[in-house]
Amino acid sequence: MEKKPEYTTIELMACAASRTLEDKKSVLVGTGLPIIAAVLAQKTHAPNLLIVFEAGGLGPQVPMLPISVGDSRTFYKAIMASSMDYVMSAAQQGYLDYGFLGAAQIDKYGNINTTVIGSHDKPKVRLPGSGGANDAGSLCWRTIILMQQDTRRFVEKIDFLTTPGYLDGPGAREKAGLPADTGPYRVISQLGILGFDEETKRMKLLSVHPRVTVETVKANTGFDLLIPSEVTITKLPTEKELKILRTDIDPAGMVLGRR
Amino acid sequence: MDVLEQGRGELLAWQDPDEHRRWIAQNKSRSLIDKQMNLKQAVAKFVQDGNFIACGGFGHVRISMATIYEIVRQNKRKLTMAGKTAVHDIDVLVAAGCVNKVEAAYCFGHELRGLSPASRRAVEEGKVKVLAEISNAGFQWRFKAAAMGLPFIPTRVMLGTDTLKYSSAKVVKDPFSGKPLCLLPACYPDIVIMHVHRCDKYGNSQIDGIMVEDFELARAARRLIITTEEIIDEEKIRDEPWKTVVPFYLVDAVVKVPYGSHPGNMPYLYYSDEEHMAEWLKLSKTPEGVKQYLEKYVYGVDSFEEYLELIGGAKKLNYLKQLEQLKVPLEAPWAKR
Repeated sequence: MEKKPEYTTIELMACAASRTLEDKKSVLVGTGLPIIAAVLAQKTHAPNLLIVFEAGGLGPQVPMLPISVGDSRTFYKAIMASSMDYVMSAAQQGYLDYGFLGAAQIDKYGNINTTVIGSHDKPKVRLPGSGGANDAGSLCWRTIILMQQDTRRFVEKIDFLTTPGYLDGPGAREKAGLPADTGPYRVISQLGILGFDEETKRMKLLSVHPRVTVETVKANTGFDLLIPSEVTITKLPTEKELKILRTDIDPAGMVLGRR
Repeated sequence: MDVLEQGRGELLAWQDPDEHRRWIAQNKSRSLIDKQMNLKQAVAKFVQDGNFIACGGFGHVRISMATIYEIVRQNKRKLTMAGKTAVHDIDVLVAAGCVNKVEAAYCFGHELRGLSPASRRAVEEGKVKVLAEISNAGFQWRFKAAAMGLPFIPTRVMLGTDTLKYSSAKVVKDPFSGKPLCLLPACYPDIVIMHVHRCDKYGNSQIDGIMVEDFELARAARRLIITTEEIIDEEKIRDEPWKTVVPFYLVDAVVKVPYGSHPGNMPYLYYSDEEHMAEWLKLSKTPEGVKQYLEKYVYGVDSFEEYLELIGGAKKLNYLKQLEQLKVPLEAPWAKR
């Protein structure tokens, strides 16, 4: 029997996220773990993944993990060193398939908060704000969100609706004026992979990570999560993926070093 | 057009387009004038207390840190800053007490390095007020509207969210499609500071790599201070005019400051100095640490050359060049491995 590789949950999340990205598609990548997952996808199953960074990096062959979504690594051997106007306009036109984000809080419709914990005017914790998240979540065809899952983060009501998911349910995005047929697609946490029900637009469980039970996922969700009759188990990271993550993408442990 | 919704954020740095045209006619010269000066002069002349300030580049990439240090040294106060992906630039200005109001797309964070202790503390203690929220594309397009000489620009971002509720945008029914549209007001910063790869003495500037928002931001600016790695002859500009991204008539001051983006990244020249960033992030955890940092690196030095010696001199700068070219491994002392 093949020896099972040792991995951290953050590495598992990176691998699971990487596999949701398809080759020959475009992805607008947010800061942190999403960059790692997109670069991993490009270095494994999706060599023709068009990685796009909001500051203007278009189609780079990212050599290693950039610290910023605007640093020189984000347009290394790129197709074009463009601008934020260029990238965001491309997203508004419909050229960007995936928006890849992190978040501090999420609700059952995939609306996310990266602005404040507590009230806006007297915040308990002030977070960076939208950045390009609102733009990615508004304009890309499908949004993928990578975040930690617990009852403080997966909540019935988020403290601030920074970036639109399905707002308050089916049809709400279009009614608000957001581009048609867009919205959240996957949420990847340390516990499993979640999607959204086509009819109700509510979050549903798709797969649990190895050694995680459906009960654990439910216990770490602050809202009523849809549980389909069939829930699969997420594939383990491979030795190859782990090696690329540790030696090529983030040897300094800037993201993967966090436990 | 019917206004369907209106954000409650404060409308900042907006101008009536005709008033702005008159201001341009009176204040911006169209003649080729040598605009070279030193940083002390540029900041004293063009940065006023209470200004709305925006920085070119991307928060810790191609930022005019040399100008930021000078703003701190001259103790400019009550600045409102565009948090248009503001990272190390705003963190230092907030920590030093120069900025007390913000329009926030992205601030109070250091991207992969985590949250910014000093500016988070300031906002959580109420010393810095967030007057309006916006998205990155939103800010970018506010500058674009200004660069076009328009009062606003229609977009499809921010709709349906609290980001819009706390912004200065308005939602209207599009007279063409009938769908709701987000109108973003133009933004004309009082002062923009921008670091470029090279320019001539008049301010005709070239930038290598991504433009971020600088094409629009330079045009939206009322006053524009350019710091540059290198001054080149006008003839070189004229040999390759397609490389000019900022023409001279937009520029008010030209200051030569090699390594002027340090500790930020300068694409193709030097990578960010993570050792220095780690020192800042550690010290800025306490007000005493901020004081200690500013004493050592800002108040305690007379020139940017002296600062560069202090951060490690030629040896450090050579390492950052090698790092930019992927020739040496990156060490990030703030990483928790």
